[in-house]
Amino acid sequence: MDQSLMTQAVSALSTIVIGVFGCVGWFWLSNLALDAALPPRGEKIGRNLALAAAIRPWLFLGPALIALGVYLVYPIFVSIWLSFHDTRGDAFVGLANYRWLLADSKFHESLRNNALWLVVVPSFSTLCGLIAAALTDRIRWGNLAKSLIFMPMAVSFVGAAVVWKFVYDYRGEGQPEIGLLSALVTHLGGTAQAWLTVPGWNSILLMVVLIWIQTGFAMVILSAALRGIPEETVEAATIDGATPLQIFFRIKVPQIWGTIAVVWTTITITVLKVFDIVLTMTNGQWGTQVMANLMFDWMFRANDSGRASTVALVIMLLVTPIMIWNIRNANREMR
Amino acid sequence: MNDRVEDGAAGRSAALVWAVNIAAAALVLLWTIPTVGLLVSSFRDRDQIITSGWWRAAFSSTANDFVRAGTAADQVQEGDVFVISGNVLPSKAELKSWGVSSKAPAAYQPGDIAELKDGQRLTVSDKGDYRLTSPTAFPEGRGMRIFVTTVAPPRLTTGNYARVITAEGIGRAFLNTMTVTIPATVIPILIAAFAAYALAWMRFPGRALLVATIVGLLVVPLQLALIPLLKLHNQIGLNQSYLGIWLAHTGFGLPLAIYLLRNYMVGLPREIIESARVDGATEFQIFRRIVLPLSFPALASFAIFQFLWVWNDLLVATVFLGNATDTQVMTGALRALLGSRGGDWEILAASAFVSIAVPLIVFFALQKYLVRGLLAGSVKGG
Repeated sequence: MDQSLMTQAVSALSTIVIGVFGCVGWFWLSNLALDAALPPRGEKIGRNLALAAAIRPWLFLGPALIALGVYLVYPIFVSIWLSFHDTRGDAFVGLANYRWLLADSKFHESLRNNALWLVVVPSFSTLCGLIAAALTDRIRWGNLAKSLIFMPMAVSFVGAAVVWKFVYDYRGEGQPEIGLLSALVTHLGGTAQAWLTVPGWNSILLMVVLIWIQTGFAMVILSAALRGIPEETVEAATIDGATPLQIFFRIKVPQIWGTIAVVWTTITITVLKVFDIVLTMTNGQWGTQVMANLMFDWMFRANDSGRASTVALVIMLLVTPIMIWNIRNANREMR
Repeated sequence: MNDRVEDGAAGRSAALVWAVNIAAAALVLLWTIPTVGLLVSSFRDRDQIITSGWWRAAFSSTANDFVRAGTAADQVQEGDVFVISGNVLPSKAELKSWGVSSKAPAAYQPGDIAELKDGQRLTVSDKGDYRLTSPTAFPEGRGMRIFVTTVAPPRLTTGNYARVITAEGIGRAFLNTMTVTIPATVIPILIAAFAAYALAWMRFPGRALLVATIVGLLVVPLQLALIPLLKLHNQIGLNQSYLGIWLAHTGFGLPLAIYLLRNYMVGLPREIIESARVDGATEFQIFRRIVLPLSFPALASFAIFQFLWVWNDLLVATVFLGNATDTQVMTGALRALLGSRGGDWEILAASAFVSIAVPLIVFFALQKYLVRGLLAGSVKGG
């Protein structure tokens, strides 16, 4: 045990060293080589300088482009290829995987649930974030409050699943409830039940976990945007006798629509990829299946690369509009 | 008249301040309570976790249980009576009441004597010592049930932590997570910094297209990359190894890294870089001596992002490192515990807290950089 731990530590350290020095060495040596091959002096100085300037960016970009190409671009094409092939990727099966997908009831369930997640989580996270930002900006202990609301961001989805298991737990009739939700419901005169097995509601309960995590993110971004609003607009409204609520909703919120949209789309992407929470809390049972977990199921439990790739491509397809929107925004900023 | 109006306004704004403070406090409470529950539970004793809610951790907990008395084999003859004796209490608990049937489990107080059939008698003292007597020898069979209502004082322990770190494999998983996280954070930063510099300050054809591509790659779902890359890793002999997962995290982290760093570097003052160029500095020198040190805040933001993301990741680790116990990371170990030991709350709570402790420390210590990074790169999702 100790021996293997030592080996592990040594191998981790040596990877860091090799990785770091390898990268630095590549950049340094390749630049040196370029300068030696095309010296910026002598009779061909003009041609050499121009050529070196044309080549050098690619030396800087090289490792990144290779990594991006192999780890993000190449898989897109392989996935498309796999989605037209059978379980092990051997035989071409045409549209069979897509036909199966359209008829599969678990896929329909995932689509419905993902649609629900897409509506509920971004809207509530953004709304809670907006409220949290508005409140914490007006109090003295605002920074502490912000830190505490932001904290779930640092917790892993699996960690969050354990945290919320303690909230949603149900002991059964006649036993003292140790789950906060059950205890609260019992205390208020209701009947506790095995919350995570109640179809419909259980999905909502899983969404609460993600809202709990994402609200801090929304709050931080929206709080910065709110503070960026020019004072004059608020002052003018105050002089005109607007109430604080009116100022907030009529003056401030309209001015930060752009930021709200960014927050909304960012959370939307997170939601489309949500996986850990569902896997660890219900594993898609009791009607809580979502696309990312469905893909994982087909990949690991069924070992079917064709169908799993098809599901993954559906997720990609759903993300694409946001991707295009982001690219257009980025291009506009660059100009 | 004028005074009164101002009084009214002041009163209203004081009330508003109160309302805002209370609302903020409620929100903070709502957001922290679940984590507090986990923290408190992780220090509680196994029996107490399942008999009372964590919010009662500071109070004594009452538990109902039954204990089987000794059997005929345990009986001793004292004069003309046969006696079975023993103790019904778990350590440190107090006896509140006891009984001999499930219909009336709390019928007797400590010290009372219960008259049973065939002249048998049972008494349980407040120390939990019981004495079952009978004029005739006890027949063979299972011991009788003694129902007890016990009150256990609040008990907090660090034993759960000691146990999960040494015995439950969480200590090992912690080291594995470290092994995955550190290289997977350092390597992408370096690669991305050079690429970001090229995209920010070098002129070459296709630059705008590359930037757009990287913005696009920011949102590519990981799910898409898993199967093709796993196949690739198996083909080139990487299989499920640390090297494989380091490379995978490097690839997946690069778009955000390049995007964040490029945005930051573009904003650096043009004059500094231009004047260095005029002075004859090479691009490599400009990058290393000027741009890299100035970009420290952006490097720090990305480092925190990537650290948290890799540390908290379950999907990439499951696919590229696998679930074998000697390489399992903490999220994987926690998931396995949730499945196999879902009822062992004390193990689960302590393990979960060990796994979220490091991110929480990083988070609270370096929050400033994290926020800055979020504000600069809020296009990325998950």
